[in-house]
Amino acid sequence: MLGLILRRMATGWITVVIVAVVVFIGVEVMPGDACTAMLGRDAARGDVLENCRDRMGLNRPPVERFVAWAGDLAQFDLGVSMKRERPIADIVGPRLRNTLILAAAAALAGVPLAIGLGVMVALRRERPFDIIVSTTALVAMTMPEFVAAALLILIFAIWLGWSAGVVTAAYDAPALALLFATPLPAVTLALVYMAHILRMVRSSVIDTAGADYILMARMKGVPERQIVLRHLLPNAILPTIPVIGLTLAWLLSGVVIVESAFNYPGLGRLAVNAVADRDLPLVQATALIFGLIYVSMTLIADLIAMALNPRLRTRRL
Amino acid sequence: MIGAPILRVVLSKPSGAIGVTLVVGHVMLAVLSPLVLPHDPIAQSADLILQMPSLSYPFGTDRLGRDILSRVMLGGRSAMLIATLATLVAMVWGTVVGLLLALIGGRIDTHMMRIVDALSSIPGILIVMIFVAALGVGAAALIPILGYSYGLSVVYIARAAALDFVARDFVLAAQARGEARSTILIREILPNVRDTLAVQGAMQWSWLMLGITSLSFLGLGVAPPTPDWGLMIADARGVMPTAPWAVLWPMAMLSTLIVGVNLAADAFAKALGVDQQLRTVAA
Repeated sequence: MLGLILRRMATGWITVVIVAVVVFIGVEVMPGDACTAMLGRDAARGDVLENCRDRMGLNRPPVERFVAWAGDLAQFDLGVSMKRERPIADIVGPRLRNTLILAAAAALAGVPLAIGLGVMVALRRERPFDIIVSTTALVAMTMPEFVAAALLILIFAIWLGWSAGVVTAAYDAPALALLFATPLPAVTLALVYMAHILRMVRSSVIDTAGADYILMARMKGVPERQIVLRHLLPNAILPTIPVIGLTLAWLLSGVVIVESAFNYPGLGRLAVNAVADRDLPLVQATALIFGLIYVSMTLIADLIAMALNPRLRTRRL
Repeated sequence: MIGAPILRVVLSKPSGAIGVTLVVGHVMLAVLSPLVLPHDPIAQSADLILQMPSLSYPFGTDRLGRDILSRVMLGGRSAMLIATLATLVAMVWGTVVGLLLALIGGRIDTHMMRIVDALSSIPGILIVMIFVAALGVGAAALIPILGYSYGLSVVYIARAAALDFVARDFVLAAQARGEARSTILIREILPNVRDTLAVQGAMQWSWLMLGITSLSFLGLGVAPPTPDWGLMIADARGVMPTAPWAVLWPMAMLSTLIVGVNLAADAFAKALGVDQQLRTVAA
């Protein structure tokens, strides 16, 4: 059991290393470097360019630079932002916190609701309630986050006037202030992945309801309530848990869009701004952190699934 | 490739018929609209800023006084073109790698899939952002990057679909005949996974449309003043209180296209009998 967990964690770390290599190569193979990006095409020549490269250590061979970069990363040193000329850790820290607040709010409110609704519609299969909810979920799945964001702003902020449309709080505002500034970013984020979870739970419950042991329980005369709670739900929800973890991990790319649409001061908007500024060290750092969050989320999801489902503990990962 | 009987099955169901109608309508609009544009889509006019919908401007005008109807008609063209080319790139490399890995199997397959797992763990939008940060905005840069990043999921689908067939007798027979690996792939396996991949390609295309319009919304995709739905929505957000139509029309266009592609792809998947296969792969 312990060996299995350790092996799974080792796989996670290997993934992180591959992500770091890809992020490094991604910037490496491109024409120009941090200096040409910072100085601009016209100024980047001759002594100025050489001085800049010397200063930033860009004249060393790529492998040496990768080792240095990775070594710094291992000590939580993310480097220095070119544009803002501040340590990246200082810039990223508070915004990472804000993104985690946003994602946690969306997940804590959305996941139980999505599972509950999924079970409810599955038990009322093909009835009007199911058709309405399932169709809404289908539409939500096909709607890109920025469209959902604009639509929610239009309806709830402008037409109904229930909340502010965009976040005006600063990036270092207290957590509660950010959360209560407007619920719309969290709602938008929740909407898209809730639809995925709801449909998955629905089909899992429907599949399980057709199993022989459910029929058996019904023939034995087990009360319907007990069939659902004891026999049906544990078996139906369990397999969806790792996928829910994956869905939450995919929510990360949604974060980039939702934060930009609502002006939310998080990591996603920082990444977009870094790209607009062509601030390569900052782009690398944010991409790496997103990769790291993704790997940890999938790891946690797998571990939870192993804790809940004994059958997974013997499988080679 | 897809015969008349299949099309009849697809069109016999309301969802399939609606989907196909929406897609065909959108494609025709994208192709024919330059011939029937009511106004110049990029001509700005200070006198016409944020006009309500009227007879001469049925969809109203935007904050630079441009005709929204004309812009909405053209707004899908760039994204559709990029999505189509990027889908081709994604499907070709994803299919080749996926089928090869399924056929080779063993340790190479296991190790390569680990790498694919790791590469898939970087959200696609971040990869695109890294490259856009260094290369700048433009279709020439977007197509290979999007093609690479969306092709990763094609590897999974193609490999899983092919795994159903690599152990069958006809593949063994081909190997016994001494056929080359490439011949086995093209003659024996590809025809069997063709339908699955065709449906997957349609889904990829709709995800790419979403991805590209999202990038345009962020200012990393199609560059202004080219009319584009994502750009139009980003541009009209600030004037939503006074001119909601400026943001609603491009939304409606994008949504009908995406819903149409999804409905049509679902209907084709059912008609071709590959829906179960796609679902097990996705889970």
